[in-house]
Amino acid sequence: MQIFPKTLNVLPLVLAVATVIGGGAVTFIFWYYFSPANLQVGYEPVQPVPYSHRLHAGELGIDCRYCHANVERSSEAMIPPTQTCMGCHAVVKQNSARLEPVRESFRTGQPVEWVRVHKLPDHAFFNHSVHLNVGVGCVTCHGRVDQMEVVRVNQPLSMGWCLDCHRNPGPSLRPRDGDPANSITNMGWTQTATAEEQQQLAANVHPPQNCSGCHR
Amino acid sequence: MSDATFTPAELELMKGAESPIEELGERNLLSPTMTFNEITESVCAPIEGKTPLAWWIGFAIAFTGLGVLGGSITWLFWKGVGIWGNNSPVAWAWDITNFVWWIGIGHAGTLISAILFLFRQKWRTSINRFAEAMTIFAVICAGIFPGLHTGRPWFDYYMVPIPNQMSIWPNFKSPLIWDVFAVSTYATVSILFWYVGLIPDLATLRDRAKTKARRIGFGFFALGWRGSNRHWQVYERAYLILAGLSTPLVLSVHSVVSFDFATSVEPGWHTTIFPPYFVAGAVFSGFAMVLTLMLVCRTVFGLKNIVTMKHLELMNKIMLLTGSLVGYAYAMEFFVAWYSGNQYERYVFINRATGPYAWAYWSMISCNVIFPQIFWFKRFRTSIPVMFAISILINIGMWFERFVIIVTTLHRDYIPSGWGMFHPTMWDIGIYVGSFGLFFTLFLLFLRWIPMIAIAEVKGTLKHAHPHPHHGADPMHDEASAHDALPAPAE
Repeated sequence: MQIFPKTLNVLPLVLAVATVIGGGAVTFIFWYYFSPANLQVGYEPVQPVPYSHRLHAGELGIDCRYCHANVERSSEAMIPPTQTCMGCHAVVKQNSARLEPVRESFRTGQPVEWVRVHKLPDHAFFNHSVHLNVGVGCVTCHGRVDQMEVVRVNQPLSMGWCLDCHRNPGPSLRPRDGDPANSITNMGWTQTATAEEQQQLAANVHPPQNCSGCHR
Repeated sequence: MSDATFTPAELELMKGAESPIEELGERNLLSPTMTFNEITESVCAPIEGKTPLAWWIGFAIAFTGLGVLGGSITWLFWKGVGIWGNNSPVAWAWDITNFVWWIGIGHAGTLISAILFLFRQKWRTSINRFAEAMTIFAVICAGIFPGLHTGRPWFDYYMVPIPNQMSIWPNFKSPLIWDVFAVSTYATVSILFWYVGLIPDLATLRDRAKTKARRIGFGFFALGWRGSNRHWQVYERAYLILAGLSTPLVLSVHSVVSFDFATSVEPGWHTTIFPPYFVAGAVFSGFAMVLTLMLVCRTVFGLKNIVTMKHLELMNKIMLLTGSLVGYAYAMEFFVAWYSGNQYERYVFINRATGPYAWAYWSMISCNVIFPQIFWFKRFRTSIPVMFAISILINIGMWFERFVIIVTTLHRDYIPSGWGMFHPTMWDIGIYVGSFGLFFTLFLLFLRWIPMIAIAEVKGTLKHAHPHPHHGADPMHDEASAHDALPAPAE
């Protein structure tokens, strides 16, 4: 007795094709859309104060370290306290409505609640000072902050992305020769050193590739 | 088919390897008066009849156990592995004990289906389906434990070598990753082997089905099986290939599991005897579990005519052999510990037999080595109550074996200041008990939905499944049964 129609004979073929296409699609979706390159890059939270990095760091040319003062000595690139803002804004743009939250913070002593943009997992221990002191500039990881109205994530910040540089640090290293063009805060810097010079730069830099280098 | 179409010489040739060699004292396994129809009817009865009350009671208990498992795992996800008793120095405890125990039990299936098949042991046909099902369910239970043991089960995919945003691979030098491959390969091949063997029987159920849903359900999985010569030819070839693929797995899986211990430098673990010792223990416990379950099922479902005392006795002989191998390994471990002159190694073994876990050690020795020796006597080898008791004792003993290996080594190793004891918590117990719930839930569903004995294969062992010259007044050898005989696998 015939239970199934004869057309069902194509079922194995259909299933095989569906498995290949479906499997491929799922793999692609995870590989592309679930990657930090897609999920992290472009994150641009709204900040409580409409602060413009483009204006301050770009047009006015204030050095990054004026506000993020301890970045060369500390693992954290500190968020400046309100007092740093008021150092200028006590005399500049005193009546600007956009600066009201800053003035209020100064009056009350309640810090401005900035929203963190660059987040790493709790088990990844990143140290700013180590990176800056071997000559990795701000722009390498943060992008052209001097051209951003509001700061957004520019790089994937994934483990694979970290390792790309840890395995081959040369292209990201600037000579620590005191030349202002090679300053770590020079946002327009591009690598001009030859491959050999890069090798020399990297010779004394030993970025860890073992687990406990970053996961303690 | 009539014998007239063959010459006596041809018939003698066809008789060949298939039928018992009476001159050597070989006899048919099943009663010579048994018919093909009897086998089909007895095996299909539990699937086609009304659900017995006992099944529902058993299922309710098993399902409650499954609930305990679900609850324990949920709480584990919520709180973390800290709810277990595992702590320094005993970081591996019940979870790994249960893993090794379950995966060991899962060794009987492939041994019976693959190795005994290749060795033409026809008695396997009455128990292979059952053992294979048990194997698959045991492997499922085993898989839970290392998955949870990682501590963050949602990152278990790290164990699989897939390209990822971390640019790292699993550590291929670690036996723990070999385990992932060994167990997943074993699970895949076991399921395939089981399913391929099921196809002719599913077709039988399809053809006997009285409702449309059953016809479609069984028909779908029977893959259009019609029992033609061509079907059987392809089927036999596929079965042989799968048997060949599974055979090394019987030996490799538990060898790899033993590497988890043997490649570490812990005293009591770092020995070369581990792989064969573990494989023997795995087969030992697997047969014990098959026997425990089989003794219950053959009584409850009236299959004593298919799983006969001969089958049970042969299984007991295998348990006697593997139990003695395990006993030899226990003795050899002590000898090597003494002979090595390594004080840490010596201490671990003295501590095993006389330390705070001596009760576990001696439970293991009595259950695994001493009690099974009773099978030297045919009287006990053929006594149902005795073999039932021994099979349960063996399973208890084999659990203790893994517990002893893991905990006695870890709780006192090199530095006395780091010594400690292991105390299980209610969640250790809950997950272990729960794994029985999962196992029996799956097993009871299997008993009601899938033929628990390989119908087609058992038929192949009957006397009248083979051409024979001296049948004369053999009442079984009519046209109909001879026609039925053709599809039986030539085993």
